[in-house]
Amino acid sequence: MADTLAPEDRRRLFTLLSPAYLWLTLAVFLPLSAMLFFSFLTDLPQDAPDWGFTLDNYLKFGDSAVYSTLLWKSLKLGFTVTFFCILIGYPCALVLARTIKGRARETLFLLVILPFWSNSLVRIFSWAIVLRGNGVLERALEAVLPWDIRLNLMFTTHAVVIGLVHSYLPYVILTSYLALQAIDDDIIDAARSMGASTLAILRRLLLPLSLPGLLAGAVLVFVPVVGSFMEPRILGGRHGTYYGTVIEDQFVAVYNWPLGAALSFVLLAVVLLILGLSSPVLRKART
Amino acid sequence: MRRFLPTLGRVWLALILVFLYAPILVMAAMSFNASPFYQLPFEFSTRWYADMAGNPQIIEASLRSILIAFATMALATVMGTAASVALFRYEFPGKRILQVLLFPPIAIPWLITGTAMLVFFFAIGIGRGTPAVLIGHVALALPYVIVTVTARLSSFDVTLEEAARSMGADSWTVLRRVTLPWIAPGIVAGALFAFAVSFDQFVVSYFLAEPGDSTLPVLIYTAIRKGFTPEINAISTIIITLSMGIMFLATRKSSFGGSR
Repeated sequence: MADTLAPEDRRRLFTLLSPAYLWLTLAVFLPLSAMLFFSFLTDLPQDAPDWGFTLDNYLKFGDSAVYSTLLWKSLKLGFTVTFFCILIGYPCALVLARTIKGRARETLFLLVILPFWSNSLVRIFSWAIVLRGNGVLERALEAVLPWDIRLNLMFTTHAVVIGLVHSYLPYVILTSYLALQAIDDDIIDAARSMGASTLAILRRLLLPLSLPGLLAGAVLVFVPVVGSFMEPRILGGRHGTYYGTVIEDQFVAVYNWPLGAALSFVLLAVVLLILGLSSPVLRKART
Repeated sequence: MRRFLPTLGRVWLALILVFLYAPILVMAAMSFNASPFYQLPFEFSTRWYADMAGNPQIIEASLRSILIAFATMALATVMGTAASVALFRYEFPGKRILQVLLFPPIAIPWLITGTAMLVFFFAIGIGRGTPAVLIGHVALALPYVIVTVTARLSSFDVTLEEAARSMGADSWTVLRRVTLPWIAPGIVAGALFAFAVSFDQFVVSYFLAEPGDSTLPVLIYTAIRKGFTPEINAISTIIITLSMGIMFLATRKSSFGGSR
């Protein structure tokens, strides 16, 4: 422990650690504390000299059902997108990690995660081109199917879900793949030699052993989706009002920073609560 | 069943790839379509690329984004590598807390981090602008660098350091000649992550960038909300091609996530 560290080591430890943590303090921890403070203010100190403390910003959340309805809508969006990402991505990771071998696997893995390194905004925008009325998707379907197609997907909740799944799918594939790839082949061979069916191997071995990776992926999808505002705005149109877009409005359009700060902290509390409630599962999965 | 499932799996994988690439390919195709309203039939034209090249706003925002991404990469990689070496090497009280403190930048929605930075930077007088954006990007990239480098360090054999030391190397030489070369792939991967996090970062930039001095993602968002412009397709196609190309080469070189 600290006593065992020589003064020289302690100095080196401090030199190595302090830049990173000072930076995080300046850019993350102090801002979060400042925002908590701001969420209890009546006005911005830089605008109004007569600012004071109040609970109003938080009471507004309870006063009208608007905010809680939108928060629920955003949580539902988070769960839906996470569900589809797992449903689509996990089998994909499974195939990549367990049935494809060698050079082909490396190339396919790269192909799957490459879109991940292209601008997320750009990908959302490209969905707008695909989904819009009389757009590429409708034209393509019309060319294949004999009857008239009116999908009208653009500016619906479906469009928002499709765009978000596309954006966050690589997270689930990446984390599940890494977990599945680390499983020792001998365990699978042993189970198979004892007569276990493919489904039994999947259910009793692969799924439990890769659960930490899968859950890590789920968290990486759920957290940003609950706070998303850009995707709903571009793909959702008038159906694109979510909790995140309301917060954005408070900061960018309405300029009511204290209310925006309070709404942000409600969201943060709910996200932390959900992560906290699921942490026993996460911890159990790790052992 | 046992022979049927892998085939089904390959078909599934192929469908996923179509899903992942379809919109990107459509956008790339549309950037070469003469019609400003994405109308078919397709008529080849490079006018949107010419328009884009003649638009100083797009060029400036692109250069600013690249500059910020390089600066973020340099700062985050140096500080992050130093921190991960310290966290790996030494046992000290409070280490667990420091490790847990790395997660807020990843586990809190960017919307909240971004607005919190906006509030705080205004309160202390930094306000909006490129310095604020850089401070934010480095903070977001740091945890990624630390996690990546630590992952590489965990496969490091400490006896190598002891061996070097027993042969008379001082600790600086050990770090430079033994430890750093071993973790170099982790550092490279971390640096790439940092670059990607910064270059792709929209939410935090959106709240911290000044309207006249925005980064490329912020500019694209504003352009999209004003109405679709095919110039955005052109610049987006260039970005996607470049970033995918760089990532392809980088992952090939470092065999990151590849076969065992």
